[in-house]
Amino acid sequence: MIPELGHFALWLALGASLVLGVMPMVGAGVGRHDWMAVARPTAGTLFTLVALAFVCLAASFANNDFSVLYVATNSNRLLPLHYRIAAVWGGHEGSILLWLLMLTFWTAAVARFSRHLPDVLVARILAVMGWLSFGFLLFVLVTSNPFDRLFPAAAEGRDLNPLLQDPGMVIHPPMLYMGYVGLSVAFSFAVAALIGGQLDASWARWTRPWTTAAWIFLTIGIALGSGWAYYELGWGGWWFWDPVENASFMPWLVATALIHSLAVTEKRGSFKSWTVLLAILAFSLSLLGTFLVRSGVLSSVHAFASDPKRGLFILAFLVVVIGASLALYAWRAPSVGLGKRFAFVSRETMLLGNNVLLVVACGAVLLGTLYPLALDALNLGKISVGPPYFDTVFVPLLTPLVFLMGVGPMARWKDARLPDLAMRLRWAAGTAVVAALAVAWLHGGLGIVGVLGLLMVFWIVASVATDLVERLRPDAGKGLVERARQVPRALVGMMIAHVGIAVFITGVTLVKSGEVERDVKMDVGDTTTIGPYVFTFRGAQAVDGPNYRAMQGVIEVSKNGAAPTTLRPEKRLYTATQASLTEAAIDTGFTRDLYVSLGEAVGGSAWVVRVYVKPFVDWIWGGCLVMAIGGLVAATDRRYRARTRRSEAGIDDDPVVAAHARPSTTPASSTT
Amino acid sequence: MKRARFLVPLGIFVALAIVLAIGLNRDPREVPSPLIGKPAPAFALPTLGNPERAIATADLKGKVWMLNVWASWCVACREEHPLLVAFAKRGTVPIYGLNYKDQRDDGIAWLAQRGDPYRASLFDADGRVGIDFGVYGVPETFIIDKTGTIRFKHIGPLTPEVLTTVIEPLVRKLDV
Repeated sequence: MIPELGHFALWLALGASLVLGVMPMVGAGVGRHDWMAVARPTAGTLFTLVALAFVCLAASFANNDFSVLYVATNSNRLLPLHYRIAAVWGGHEGSILLWLLMLTFWTAAVARFSRHLPDVLVARILAVMGWLSFGFLLFVLVTSNPFDRLFPAAAEGRDLNPLLQDPGMVIHPPMLYMGYVGLSVAFSFAVAALIGGQLDASWARWTRPWTTAAWIFLTIGIALGSGWAYYELGWGGWWFWDPVENASFMPWLVATALIHSLAVTEKRGSFKSWTVLLAILAFSLSLLGTFLVRSGVLSSVHAFASDPKRGLFILAFLVVVIGASLALYAWRAPSVGLGKRFAFVSRETMLLGNNVLLVVACGAVLLGTLYPLALDALNLGKISVGPPYFDTVFVPLLTPLVFLMGVGPMARWKDARLPDLAMRLRWAAGTAVVAALAVAWLHGGLGIVGVLGLLMVFWIVASVATDLVERLRPDAGKGLVERARQVPRALVGMMIAHVGIAVFITGVTLVKSGEVERDVKMDVGDTTTIGPYVFTFRGAQAVDGPNYRAMQGVIEVSKNGAAPTTLRPEKRLYTATQASLTEAAIDTGFTRDLYVSLGEAVGGSAWVVRVYVKPFVDWIWGGCLVMAIGGLVAATDRRYRARTRRSEAGIDDDPVVAAHARPSTTPASSTT
Repeated sequence: MKRARFLVPLGIFVALAIVLAIGLNRDPREVPSPLIGKPAPAFALPTLGNPERAIATADLKGKVWMLNVWASWCVACREEHPLLVAFAKRGTVPIYGLNYKDQRDDGIAWLAQRGDPYRASLFDADGRVGIDFGVYGVPETFIIDKTGTIRFKHIGPLTPEVLTTVIEPLVRKLDV
């Protein structure tokens, strides 16, 4: 009964999405306010219905209802409850349902938090999101119904893919999908604005917090995925340039470009058509990512079961959504007009540089991901290009990007002077060079790329510090506290996010140049030494988990003869799927990880053991977290909260924007 | 004409969509290679496990052998590997690996963890030999006969079908 209820809710949701897609859109076109007013309640209904379907599926998992095909395929009685719930998105059908849940959630959120926007715009935005929901609902109902019954019911389920039985798996997909789908908001804002022909600074201001919110989720989602791969796949790597990883990284790069481009459009009214294009691209890449993962055109570690019918459907959907929005862009964008002029040396130019570099980086990833596919399409076979390509491409792109990261925020809008910038940043540059060389010398053996990495890190930190000092220095009778209060939150967020990049690069650089990996055959009592750490193998024993049997190695690590830490890596055999899995044991530290995993048994009591020392590896994810925190601080800037803004005039640090944006927002606010 | 540049994104997307549509209907399959029927390129490379020991083309003359191009960074190889390990156990044909553009430690670790189906793996760090063989990417597989002539090439991961319907009969025919 419960699965049928869920299935029914999805059909009702399909109807609701159709209403949402048509009525407000037509209403906005002909100026019927009652039709436009349908948008908000329908958005809420749509979300409720999809959430109901989702809960029904989760309940089927919780109840071990193996008469549902999807549950029988992805769960098992022995699977602990929290993994049974996470198993809802462990397979294809459920992850699309999760996608849909997120999409309708964002739709409802836009409906809820858009009181200050003009009604016509809101109607169009929600209608566009309604069409997106319609497409995905149709996809679920036609090709991937998670509620399909299995007759006769299975006695026992086939179990969740062991790789996915991990705490990281419980939160990684929801986070990532929140980010992916969150970009649909910026997309819908862009399409709605193109339809209405109104693209101005206030449009950018309204889009910014939504884009930043999606970006935060995307950042955390990618970091979690990377962390999961690090300890679950047992290879000790944290990024594999795998097509599925690339699929999440591409929207991130474009979303990052979009955040910066929106800043220009909001502050200066420039880059309008470019910003709109980025908003369309960012979500298009999310869709493309979904296509690549779900259609099975690319082989990958994530290797989801693929079905050509599904691939064809997503492709058709892709063509309709992206094709239509790009056609709309080609039709409307030429009339958008240029923004204010700016000099060659100005903050605008630097942000343009940032945009170009990020988009080129995204293009490089896209090429590396699709080149194998293109070869295949041309009948040249299936291959993978792998890290040799990506590593070569990324360093030259990242270097100028990081350089601009230091200069850009210091440059004035419209017209900046190079000698002035050089003066202000000379201490930062000097400090960065000296510090990088000093650390490289103390550390030793870093190599040219390592020194370059350190240089980037110190450059970012020093330039952010310089920027901060300039903004806090007592000036014109205002003291430190007063000056600090004047720094907008968005700016603080930016600084935090940039420091996050520095933390991230620190991790990448030091892991790349300082990690030690060793595979050794170890018998009971054997030791191997890496730097100050002595690893002693104490043997392997059999242990049983709820749904697996495992061999557990016991390895003691001691540093300089201190009391040893015990690490217990496992090699598991999951009983239902007969899949074996390596579970690494990691001793996490602030400046290094000790990583141990079991290879093969090699006769008697000896095993091949992989032992890694990875300096500063956790800084990679720490950096992502700092970036996300920066995003959070920026997104909660109070000028985005319309209701308080009207009463507090002049909080903006840029009078031009205040003058530019306010008149167009006032009529909108009157609707509340 | 000013409008035309706004059509560029749409144009790029249409081209991309066509590639994706074709890609959707593809399977890994063998392709005619200009190298088939030609002598295998000459090489002399150190082995992965032992840098002191080198293997050259001449050492392999007089027997039918299989060359499998792989790398630890290659995702498709992970998929192919268990099949290769099982195939090696059947002893149909000696398999030599070409460890392509890889780090020595990574390659050794990869084999230690997943099993080693190769008589030996040639360590081709800069990919020079791979280029001579016309490698598009990884994995690829070649069958070379007693005279050192390439008789078959497969691009992408091997499948059980290719092994049983193509490679095994071919090897039996060449081995007489």
